Amino acid sequence: MAKINFKLNEEFVEIDTDLNRRLLDVLRDDFSLTGVKEGCGEGECGACAVLLDHRIINSCSTPLANVIGKEVMTIEGFSKTKRYETIKEAFAEAGGVQCGFCTPGMIIATESLLNKNPHPTDFEIKIGLSGNLCRCTGYNLIVEAVKEAIKRGEGLW
Amino acid sequence: MVNAYVPKTLEDCLKLLNEFDLKIVAGGTDVLIQNRAPSQLAIGYKKDVCYILQIEELKKIYEDDQYIYIGSAVSLEEIMDSMIVPEILRNTILEMASPAIRHTATLAGNIANASPAGDSLVTLYLLDAEIEIRSMNNLRRMKVSDFITGVRKIELAKDELISKIIIPKFEFDQAYFKKVGPRLSDAISKVAFAGAYIVEGKKIKDFRVSFGAVNVTVVRADELEQKIISRTVKDIKKMKETIVSWYEKAINPIDDQRSNKAYRKVVALNLLREFIENLNL
Repeated sequence: MAKINFKLNEEFVEIDTDLNRRLLDVLRDDFSLTGVKEGCGEGECGACAVLLDHRIINSCSTPLANVIGKEVMTIEGFSKTKRYETIKEAFAEAGGVQCGFCTPGMIIATESLLNKNPHPTDFEIKIGLSGNLCRCTGYNLIVEAVKEAIKRGEGLW
Repeated sequence: MVNAYVPKTLEDCLKLLNEFDLKIVAGGTDVLIQNRAPSQLAIGYKKDVCYILQIEELKKIYEDDQYIYIGSAVSLEEIMDSMIVPEILRNTILEMASPAIRHTATLAGNIANASPAGDSLVTLYLLDAEIEIRSMNNLRRMKVSDFITGVRKIELAKDELISKIIIPKFEFDQAYFKKVGPRLSDAISKVAFAGAYIVEGKKIKDFRVSFGAVNVTVVRADELEQKIISRTVKDIKKMKETIVSWYEKAINPIDDQRSNKAYRKVVALNLLREFIENLNL
C-alpha cells in the first residue's frame, strides 16, 4: 500500500492503495470511470485505452505505479472538450459507432493520433487506430469518421 | 501481497536490487500479461516488484562519434521518433505492437523478455547492438546476442539492471526489416527478417542477415556471412540457392498456435532469396 498522486481528468487526485493494481481497475472500481472498458485484458483490443500525458496507453497493461505524478485522461474527462465534441459528431455522422463498446477507445486513439499529427494520411490513420479492435463496423466507417473529424476540427489540433 | 518499490534515482534502484530479490518492471506491457490475475485483483506477481519508469537517468537518448545510447526507460515511441536512431530500428519499432503499447513499452523490456519472436531483437542482432548493465558495485557491457542465451533466458544477475542499449553507428547501402504476421498491429511474428549490406567496387564488403521466430533465439550466422563477404554481387546472385541451403540448416522453427514449421521455414528462406535478388551494385 502507498499513497500516491496523479492528475485525473484535469483534477489532482490522491489514492492510498496497492501500486501493483492495474490502472484499469483503479479507474473503474475506485473512481467509477466505467467508460474505460475491459475487453481482452491483454493489450490487444484497445477498449481500455486512456491518455497518459496526452498519449494513448492500454490501462489493462499499465500498473498504477507507472502513473505517479502523471496526467491521466479517460473518455469521461475528454468528453468535456471541444475536440471530443468534434470527434463525437464525426463518428455519429460517418456511422463509426454501432454497439459502442470499442468507441471510447477509438475516440481516445483518434485524439492521441491527431494531437501528434493533425493531418495524417489514410495509412497514418490506420496505424493510429491499429491497436483498437471493432467487431461491428468493419473499420472503414471509423477511418471515414476520423477524416470527417479532421475536416470539421480544422485548427483544433 | 507483494511489495512495490518505485525508486526515483538509479542509485536508489541499484541499492534496492542489491538488497532484495525483485522483479524489474518498465512499461509492463509484457510482464503484466505474463502475471495476469483475475480482473479487479492486483497483478499476480510472484515476487516483489521494482518499477523503473520514474528514473529520469534512464530516459535519455544521446550519441557520440561511435555509438547511439538509448536509456532503458525510454519508450519505443520516443526511440521511433528520434532522428539519431538508425532508420532500420525505427522502422522495426513501427511494426511492433500498437501505438498504445509503443508509448509505454521499452526496448530494454523487449530484450529482457527474450522471446524467440521479439521483433526488435532481429534488428538489434543485425546491428551488433550491446547493452550496458549496472549493479551497485559493477558496470559491464555485452552484446545483446550474448546476453540472450535461450527462450526467456538472459545473463542478468538478480542485483543487475539493464541501463542502456548501445548501437554502433554504421552506414549500410541498404538495411531493412520485414515482419510476417496476421495483423498490422499487436501481432506476434510468424517470421521476422532483417538484412543489411555494403557493396564496394562490385564486391560485397558487409553482408548481414538475421531471422526471428525460427529458432530459440534470433538466428545470425557469422561464419556464413564471412563466406559471402568479398565475393562479387554477381557471384552471390548466381550462388543464391547455395546460400539459401546454408541458412536452411540454421533455421529450425517450431509448430505453435501462430504458425507451423514448414510455413516458417519456406517464408524465412524466401525473405532471404528476396534480399539476395535485390542486392544492388
